[in-house]
Amino acid sequence: MNYINHEQVAAKTKSRLIKNNILKGLFLAATMFGLIVLAILLFRIVTQGSEYLSFDFFTRFASRIPENSGIKSAFLGSIYLMLVVAPVSMFLGVGTAIYLEEYAKKNKMTDFIRINISNLAGVPSVVFGLLGLTIFVRYFGLGISILAAGLTMSLLILPVIIVASQEAIRAVPGELREASFAMGATKWQTILRVVLPTAIPGVLTGSILALSRAIGETAPLVVIGIPTILMFTPNSLLSTFTALPMQIFDWTKRPQVAFHDVAAAGIIVLMTLLIIMNSIAVFIRNKYQKRF
Amino acid sequence: MSMKEPKTTISVQELIAEKSNRGLLALIEKIMPKLLFLIAAVSVLTTIGILFTLIVETGIFFSRVPIIEFITGREWYPFANSTPTYGILPLVVGTLKITGIAILVAVPIGIATAIYLSEYASRRVRKIIKPILEVLAGVPTIVYGFFALTFVTPILRSMFPEISIFNAISPGIVVGIMITPMIASLSEDAMNSVPNSMRDGAYALGSTKLEVALKIVLPAAISGIVASTVLAISRAIGETMIVAVAAGSTPRFDADLTGSIQTMTAYIVQVATGDAGYGTTIYYSIYAVGFTLFLFTLVMNMLAQYISKRFREEY
Amino acid sequence: MTTSVKPKIDVPEKEEVKKNKSSVYKTEGLNLWYGTNHALKNIELDIKENEVTAIIGPSGCGKSTYIKTLNRMIETIPSVKTSGAINYRGRNIFSKEYRVEELRTKVGMVFQKPNPFPKSIYDNIAYGPRIHGIKNKKILDEIVEKSLRGAAIWDEVKDRLNENAYGLSGGQQQRICIARCLAIEPDVILMDEPTSALDPISTLKVEELVQELKKDYSIIIVTHNMQQAARISDKTAFFLNGEVIEYDSTDKIFSNPSDKRTEDYISGRFG
Repeated sequence: MNYINHEQVAAKTKSRLIKNNILKGLFLAATMFGLIVLAILLFRIVTQGSEYLSFDFFTRFASRIPENSGIKSAFLGSIYLMLVVAPVSMFLGVGTAIYLEEYAKKNKMTDFIRINISNLAGVPSVVFGLLGLTIFVRYFGLGISILAAGLTMSLLILPVIIVASQEAIRAVPGELREASFAMGATKWQTILRVVLPTAIPGVLTGSILALSRAIGETAPLVVIGIPTILMFTPNSLLSTFTALPMQIFDWTKRPQVAFHDVAAAGIIVLMTLLIIMNSIAVFIRNKYQKRF
Repeated sequence: MSMKEPKTTISVQELIAEKSNRGLLALIEKIMPKLLFLIAAVSVLTTIGILFTLIVETGIFFSRVPIIEFITGREWYPFANSTPTYGILPLVVGTLKITGIAILVAVPIGIATAIYLSEYASRRVRKIIKPILEVLAGVPTIVYGFFALTFVTPILRSMFPEISIFNAISPGIVVGIMITPMIASLSEDAMNSVPNSMRDGAYALGSTKLEVALKIVLPAAISGIVASTVLAISRAIGETMIVAVAAGSTPRFDADLTGSIQTMTAYIVQVATGDAGYGTTIYYSIYAVGFTLFLFTLVMNMLAQYISKRFREEY
Repeated sequence: MTTSVKPKIDVPEKEEVKKNKSSVYKTEGLNLWYGTNHALKNIELDIKENEVTAIIGPSGCGKSTYIKTLNRMIETIPSVKTSGAINYRGRNIFSKEYRVEELRTKVGMVFQKPNPFPKSIYDNIAYGPRIHGIKNKKILDEIVEKSLRGAAIWDEVKDRLNENAYGLSGGQQQRICIARCLAIEPDVILMDEPTSALDPISTLKVEELVQELKKDYSIIIVTHNMQQAARISDKTAFFLNGEVIEYDSTDKIFSNPSDKRTEDYISGRFG
């Protein structure tokens, strides 16, 4: 007697295959969901915002009247903010990564630093805002300034840059380090002249992606208390300032629907900046990918 | 001496002996590890700074508001003129509403996407879709907030007129959209690390792709999937701008999803954009709320780490 | 199996080994442990200058470990412990005041797998001089050309010095690595199975190069290829299980070894 009736199996196979195909369709639909949402979102924003997007939009300050509104101070503020965040976060991030990958001994302290970094990555950005408000704005007396906001943002994206830099440094083949040591190079010479130049594409890709997160981040700026309507452009690190996402937030909150369209115009600018940064990151990644 | 004949006019070894500055190099070798350690310590200092900030300022808050009232109180009326009340439960409930809706949206879509990408999609399709998911994950939350308020809410309201402009459903859905790429990509990683030999075994017995995906891959990757979900919950709890824009500012201790609510994060934004002066109880209340938020996300993050460590499958 | 123990390898005629050459490396009672694994046992070797010394033996015999000990590269493995002495030109390389960078400036190394830096050919060669403080462009140019000529690769790369070294073939990359090593004019060149990753034609070129370099440098080469040892070396040391079984002129080792185990190895009985 057979335990398996092959006729029954054959009959069942058909329904199993149908089930497979139905669910495959569902899985595909779920995958497309994200793409469709992204398409709708972009389409909506472009159709809403393009009306207000003009050259003047970049040269005008914020205004009570939607037609006269512009992003001059917000756009420059965001750029200045990045000029603080980029060097500070990369200096700290790459330095930490070098320490962890090249120097740190396997001990409790190192474990602690590693665990701390992964936990820091999960702290909500609004809490970083509270840190910035208390430590940088008040204790350090930096005020509501580019510097205070820049330092806060730097700490916020620090874990991302550390992890990306660690991966890039780890990908540098050991043979290259050996070759350098065998020439009589010291450890630091080897790191500076062989490891870092080899890891730099990965470090840059990760850093640019992290910076693109910082440029769209709003919550810490809100908590620090940077203003939304500013009729001047910042002239020093300690100037008060406003930033693109902050300006967009303000316009979105206004009850007049016309301001929503102005917000959409601001979003177009912000998203364009993001896409440019992402393209640069992808370009670097593809150009320098795996040469050894 | 060696029998080398001089080949050219320069002797590299002599130049090296003359130029190289071993003392300086040795000094650098000594200093750099210490300097880099100090840099690495910044991340630890950041955590200490966060804890210090939250604990000290929350301490001041609790010197004015009883801790029992804060933890168990069902009314959050800090702006009341005569008798402000600080019971955090309404804000926690608001956060849970948003998180719950977001998870209902994100878990099925995220896991289905992961299954499609890891089990069904061709290499080419994957190469197109993954970067798009990355873009979706990189959209600033303020943009999502705008999208929730000006697109999702009007659609919901046209279908269900009882929904008000500010509600829990629309931002909940959009937070779900925001965390979907995270669940999808982390779950896909987990599924990808299931070895093909396990799949081959099932295919050789005549299994369909669906059976392999659901009965072999999914169970094998379950710890990674659960960990990704827990991380996504943590992100949803901490999400600020979407709820600040679209959920309203009405702290409520009930189960209603159609009306205006307030989350912990949205309250912090409300105070920060308002005119509560430095030193007022309201000012300190954002630290107490922030501390609560921090604890919620910390527990979730540690839980995710525990799950992926404790239940890591050994192949 | 046959009872004949005559080695099957032809040993080419060699010029007569000159007497009273001075020692570059004198190894005295060297022991080395990886954790608890005793990898080198009481090694005694006297390596002369301007000779090619081949180190042969089956895998795991300690030959690679030994050559990496000569420039202390072995110390990159944390669990390594040593005892005994290696005197390089009369100075113990393990002594505290002997800085490892100084030793490695005198002793160059070529590795199993070609490992050029992901930089231009020029920057690869100039790397050594630069880290040792030579910045003058004219001097660097001269060093680069001389080193590339020395490694017999100048004609192949002179028109593309600014191209990335990764664009070269494996054999060319290995000669770039040799040129990189020559750029600091070392006294000794250590070669750790330098042709094991190369095709036969590239291997031949490297072997010819070794013959050429012998005039100016002392060369110590680890090889798993006995024919190669026979072709290019003046002296051969046979390692087995972390011990030196026999160390003599290559002619002697390959024609009339005094130890049975050497004979077994070179006649292909094991390894």
